[in-house]
Amino acid sequence: MSDARTQILGGIRRSLRRGELAGEARSAVEARLASPPRGPSVARAQLPQPEKVALFCQWAETLNATVARVGADDVPGEVTAYLARNNLPANVAMAPSPLLEGYDWASQKMLSIRRGRGEGSDQVSVTGAFAGIAETGTVVMASGPDHPVSLNLLPDTHVVVLRESDVVAGYEDVWGRLRERYGKNLMPRTVNTITGPSRTGDIEQAMELGAHGPRRMHILVVRD
Amino acid sequence: MQSTAHAFKSNVGHALADPNLQDSLAKLKVGFSERRRQAAERLPEFEALRDRARDIKNHTLAHLDFYLEEFERKVIALGGKVHWAPTAADALQIISDLCKSVNARTVAKSKSMVAEEIALNEHLEALGIAPIETDLGEYIIQLRNEPPSHIIAPAVHLTKDQVADTFLEHHAKLGFDKRLTERNDLVAEARYVLRQKFLDADVGLTGANFLVAETGSSMLVTNEGNADLSNTLPKMHIVLASIEKVIPTLEDAAVLLRVLARSATGQESSAYTTLNTGPKKREDLDGPEQYHVVLLDNGRSSVLGTEMQEILRCIRCGACMNHCPVYGAVGGHAYGWVYPGPMGAVLTPQLVGVEEASNLPNASTFCGRCESVCPVRIPLPKLMRHWREREFEKHLTPKAVRQGLAVWSFLARRPALYRRLTGIANRVLALFGRADGRYGTLPLAGGWTRFRDFPAPQAGGTFHARWAARRKT
Repeated sequence: MSDARTQILGGIRRSLRRGELAGEARSAVEARLASPPRGPSVARAQLPQPEKVALFCQWAETLNATVARVGADDVPGEVTAYLARNNLPANVAMAPSPLLEGYDWASQKMLSIRRGRGEGSDQVSVTGAFAGIAETGTVVMASGPDHPVSLNLLPDTHVVVLRESDVVAGYEDVWGRLRERYGKNLMPRTVNTITGPSRTGDIEQAMELGAHGPRRMHILVVRD
Repeated sequence: MQSTAHAFKSNVGHALADPNLQDSLAKLKVGFSERRRQAAERLPEFEALRDRARDIKNHTLAHLDFYLEEFERKVIALGGKVHWAPTAADALQIISDLCKSVNARTVAKSKSMVAEEIALNEHLEALGIAPIETDLGEYIIQLRNEPPSHIIAPAVHLTKDQVADTFLEHHAKLGFDKRLTERNDLVAEARYVLRQKFLDADVGLTGANFLVAETGSSMLVTNEGNADLSNTLPKMHIVLASIEKVIPTLEDAAVLLRVLARSATGQESSAYTTLNTGPKKREDLDGPEQYHVVLLDNGRSSVLGTEMQEILRCIRCGACMNHCPVYGAVGGHAYGWVYPGPMGAVLTPQLVGVEEASNLPNASTFCGRCESVCPVRIPLPKLMRHWREREFEKHLTPKAVRQGLAVWSFLARRPALYRRLTGIANRVLALFGRADGRYGTLPLAGGWTRFRDFPAPQAGGTFHARWAARRKT
């Protein structure tokens, strides 16, 4: 196996007409890796926080999610109401996260909650979000014991709880937050950035919702 | 996949005569390409992002060995494994060994052109392991036993009715015995059929849009979520990626993502963009126990440092084929291998040999639309021209073309003679074509007149003559 490695790396170096990167050339590339330069910034998302949140909501709705802006006390009630509005069962699979445990779910007498990973038969999941990206109305999910990835994918309907203060301008801000939370160069197993429901353009290039992931995504944007 | 690129001309004949294909291709003009134009217009920074995307890929290619080693170091540190595959055969061996190590019976596959390149499905089937394509387009063509005709929309050559027939044929035994007519019903049926296969699969195999050296992550962009199910539910996740997929940092990924979705389908963002880094952590509630990355070279390292290097910037968005008048007329299958359209016309001769694929770089009018929409600004016409030069040097160009070029070059170097002969030809053609204004047949121009008339020259002489006359007045 190491022979194969040597063969490929050696081939690259022969083609580039140099040996292993060394000296100043190497330091320059290492420096670029250590403090990554940003690309051109996208002006439309460089806004004060309230406008950023509004832009997030606008794009999320444009890209086929639905959005409800609520206060923290209203989160459990809005989940129940959303399920009722859409004729969905009052059974949810919920991410066992401290953020979600902070809400008063006991107030929803009719809502049955199972905490844990997603199962193939789940109709509805409720999860938090690590961040929201205003530029495209994208929610960011970081996996961990408080957020199994399967909850983002298996249910027909995904209800996301996102705090206003977690809405950022673009990907770059998400990367910054990931490095802050997990340490530089360390990552959760999976970071899903999700923009609206699952879809496919594979039949005649026409977008149809609900390919393999959720058919519906409802985002509760919670005032801090 | 076995190449039929050598048969390009007869493939084209079949493609032009296929009414279903022509219906499907007609939708390209109003589908992906129109949506790309609108998406680009909505983002004022789009052109600056394309410049930056080009620079990022150039920087990476110039330091490819460094970034691959860096990527490998991070993957290992996080509990994953990296396997180096100089050739397709090496990659097949590695993947089948991995599958056997967990006694895999089924592999859930997310669309990977590199897997098509090494013909992974045939290999697994021969070993008694069932590959299950989960991208809707790939699933459709797997049922039909066809190769993909497009790198991001593998079934773009099919109409809705053809898909409906295919589903009826294959799903009837599962109890779906009603022929569907609506697209959303077809999508729902495929979702239902594939869901259980995801849950039962032993191995999930995906490609990668990017490999991030900084974090050792593989990055996947999909609309369906099938890649995410493939890398979350089975106990082993294998990433198969070619070496030029590595990029330095997450910041670089942000730039490339912004141009990728817009160039591909005209979307602001694909529905799922996922970073996978290593296997399941101890406290995680789901995820694979094992995470493997197979790095495939298959001839790419030898492209570095040559005049063809720029093709290695390609991020596989498909914009060049969506905008190509030749692809738009003949579709992807005519190209005879995995990568069709302009990027395929450059890459295929490199990967399967110029002798096999010599027709492809010639299947271009050099209109330049491909280059004008390429998110990483690959000068595709220039690269196709390089192939034509190499073909000429290798004496692969047909004898009639070589002789024609020799005659033309003899004349072009003798301007006086050239003007006299073209002047005579012009007058003769004008004289005999006077009645109709066009020719239905013409000696030496059968290739042209077989499909359309040749216009007779109008009065006033050759371009040279008219230019000279104009300058005098």
